[in-house]
Amino acid sequence: MTEMTTRYDLAVIGAGPAGLAAATLAAERGLTTVLLDEQPVPGGQIYRSVTRNPVRNPGILGGDYWHGADLVGPFRDSGAAYRPGTTVWSVSRALEIGLSRDGAARILPVKHIILATGALERPFPIPGWTLPGVMGAGAAQILLKSSALVPSGRLVMAGTGPLLWLLAWQYLRAGARIDAILDTTPGGNWRAALRHMPGFLRSPYLGKGAALLLDVRRKVKVIGNVTDLRAVGDGALRSVAFRQGGGPERSLPADTLLLHQGVIPNINLANATGCGQHWDEIQRCWVPTVDEWGASSVEGVSIAGDGAGIAGAVAAEHRGRLAALGALHRLGAIGPEERDREAATHRAALAEAQRGRMFLDTLYQPGPDFRVPKDDTIVCRCEEVTAGQVRDAVRLGVGGPNQAKSFLRCGMGPCQGRLCGPTVTEVIADARGVSPAEVGYYRLRPPVKPITLAELASLPKSEDEIHAVLHP
Amino acid sequence: MTDVLVIGGGLHGCSAALHLAMRGVSVRVLEKDHAGRHASGVNAGGVRQLGRHLAEVPLSVASMAIWHRIAELVDDDCGFESHGQIRVAETEEELAACRARSDQLTALGFTHEEVVDRAELRRLVPAISGHCVGALVSRRDGAAIPYRTTFAFRRKAASLGARFEEGAAAVRVARAGRNWCVETADDRRFEAPVLLNCAGAWADRIAAQLGEPVPLEVIAPMLMITHRVPPFLKPVVGATGRTLSFKQFPNGTVLIGGGMRGRAAHDENRTELDFAKLAINARTVWDLFPIMRDATINRAWAGIEARMPDDIPVIGPSGTEEGAFHAFGFSAHGFQLGPVVGRILADLVTAGRTDLPIDSFDIRRFRQSAAAA
Repeated sequence: MTEMTTRYDLAVIGAGPAGLAAATLAAERGLTTVLLDEQPVPGGQIYRSVTRNPVRNPGILGGDYWHGADLVGPFRDSGAAYRPGTTVWSVSRALEIGLSRDGAARILPVKHIILATGALERPFPIPGWTLPGVMGAGAAQILLKSSALVPSGRLVMAGTGPLLWLLAWQYLRAGARIDAILDTTPGGNWRAALRHMPGFLRSPYLGKGAALLLDVRRKVKVIGNVTDLRAVGDGALRSVAFRQGGGPERSLPADTLLLHQGVIPNINLANATGCGQHWDEIQRCWVPTVDEWGASSVEGVSIAGDGAGIAGAVAAEHRGRLAALGALHRLGAIGPEERDREAATHRAALAEAQRGRMFLDTLYQPGPDFRVPKDDTIVCRCEEVTAGQVRDAVRLGVGGPNQAKSFLRCGMGPCQGRLCGPTVTEVIADARGVSPAEVGYYRLRPPVKPITLAELASLPKSEDEIHAVLHP
Repeated sequence: MTDVLVIGGGLHGCSAALHLAMRGVSVRVLEKDHAGRHASGVNAGGVRQLGRHLAEVPLSVASMAIWHRIAELVDDDCGFESHGQIRVAETEEELAACRARSDQLTALGFTHEEVVDRAELRRLVPAISGHCVGALVSRRDGAAIPYRTTFAFRRKAASLGARFEEGAAAVRVARAGRNWCVETADDRRFEAPVLLNCAGAWADRIAAQLGEPVPLEVIAPMLMITHRVPPFLKPVVGATGRTLSFKQFPNGTVLIGGGMRGRAAHDENRTELDFAKLAINARTVWDLFPIMRDATINRAWAGIEARMPDDIPVIGPSGTEEGAFHAFGFSAHGFQLGPVVGRILADLVTAGRTDLPIDSFDIRRFRQSAAAA
């Protein structure tokens, strides 16, 4: 790669809070910066459609949501280039980005890359979760934010974690009816979380979270200590079956079941790039390993925001700014003293934003039965592989997710393991009686987002052609 | 007590272990990662006699006989399906080359490769672009599932008593009296009177310790696979004038390969793809299969593989040491040979000879080139 072919110092991938903050700071400090994002408008998932939201009453989504606009304004003024509608499907160790825009694929070389790919919902594999009518609460929230859609008919929400309660609260404010919330938070979690209570009591989560929970609980039937959750139906969801503790099985009629048990880092791009990662025992997920500036194990690739470990939207902003300072320093734009001096305020704000996180992570850790499903439950939706098939493969000598992938095809489908990876890791670890850290994770393969043969076939080689895609 | 140590748990190492175990030989396989981790588990799965180097043809024909009864050997059909392999000719010149090749094989007494005209090509491959004028066809060829195959050989060998040490990277090989002593990176020691070097892209390091360095090149052939599309293709299709291997799996996904190379970092078990070269592959598919123009690429990857300068493997006894044998350097076309190479190695170990012609694969052919290097 030569100076000649490089028009950008820095590419930031993802326009959520981490990406917006990183690109803004880097561009303000003089790096030629481009922000590449798949969505048509900035905001990421958390602030999705914040600049052109179809929800007419701003109170429905809550004040935290509209904070996203505070990030977009400065970004627009920063001088950073913004390329919405751009799908990044590969990042190489040579810092070449494979991307598609308007049906054309290109390779863009840059000098530094910040991945701000955010979070995705943790898979929630229960019997019947592939039935039409069952979906993730996060996906439902996307429909609310981008299209002002709320479910019609009988609605049951099930699971654990703050987003489940936030969505319920937003639905209630939008006038939707929720028939029941089935809380799967394991009873023992409260005890384990108590020792993290002091931090939580001083955190911004407490006031907002408690008010929101109380509000929802006042208006919706909440059933706690739910186990043995099943979606029941023939061709489409008809009812939701469950037990409360060890009690008898109960059933609720339902047209829509929204499932949620927390979010995990979206690591697919980082993993396919070859960034080192580790297993987080508390959050029960794989997390890219980064230093205090977000630098990954691959030189020139940093990761900021929830994509480097779940810490929430406010923390993501500060992590984005720290990653930008790290990039500025690595590229020689600022010295170490200036970097450290500037970082101090962001680090203090980050610590403040993360206070109380351990309490939430511990309280809302999904129970083992919902992470390691029974034999007849499908774990890989793309290839329809059950937990039992994975266990059978382990008995034959399959030791980890990559062998399982080669042997059973789980994780080989269009989602590239997003919907089965954590489950397959935990099922194998459980069957072998070892930790998930020991069994490892899929080696993911680019393109991490599908590209058409036509796009690939037209991949150009010259600088002008690359330029033409980004600056039509 | 172990009779034979096999270094490398790829298909050739697992096949050798199986054939030895079937003959009652005590065998232990030392695999640095897990069986089938590299080229054996992630290759294109082509089971091909078509177009082989003449020296490989007798082995390939013998191996094909085993493939057609593979379940009898390993209790698993390995996903093997035989719908033929086809090398299309896009011009009359290419078709003439196909004819010359077929005539050459016929003169040597082999009949598996035949030239077909445009009409027969279109009958075999209805989706082929209209500009193709004919093809070279090997009708009993086919494809199998690579990892499943390697895993099946490993399991059957293990069921007959072969022992597999995974995570055991052989770093030092030395004589210890009448035995070979192999030390692993995790400080284990294994001894046996016979040593098989089936270490693939790492086999040159073993050979060098036997005093016979070889000019092995580590390569990373790339493959890509599409999302599912409606069934349109049974045989495996290649091209005469350009690099391509193209086939559709029963589940509808289409595998596109043919030897375009990425970069291998074999000390780190890692490969880097070169999308500019994959774009050339995509262009070939665009030209030959118009039906594929709307297809979507789901994944691309590369395996780590050994290539020899003359593109044929090393198979046979060590040129320097008693009780040591090699099978490596299959140069990106070793998968089909796996079943028979294990048999050859078992022949060499138990009888000191084999009935298949392996002189062309003698490691001593590299004595001068390696010394010059």
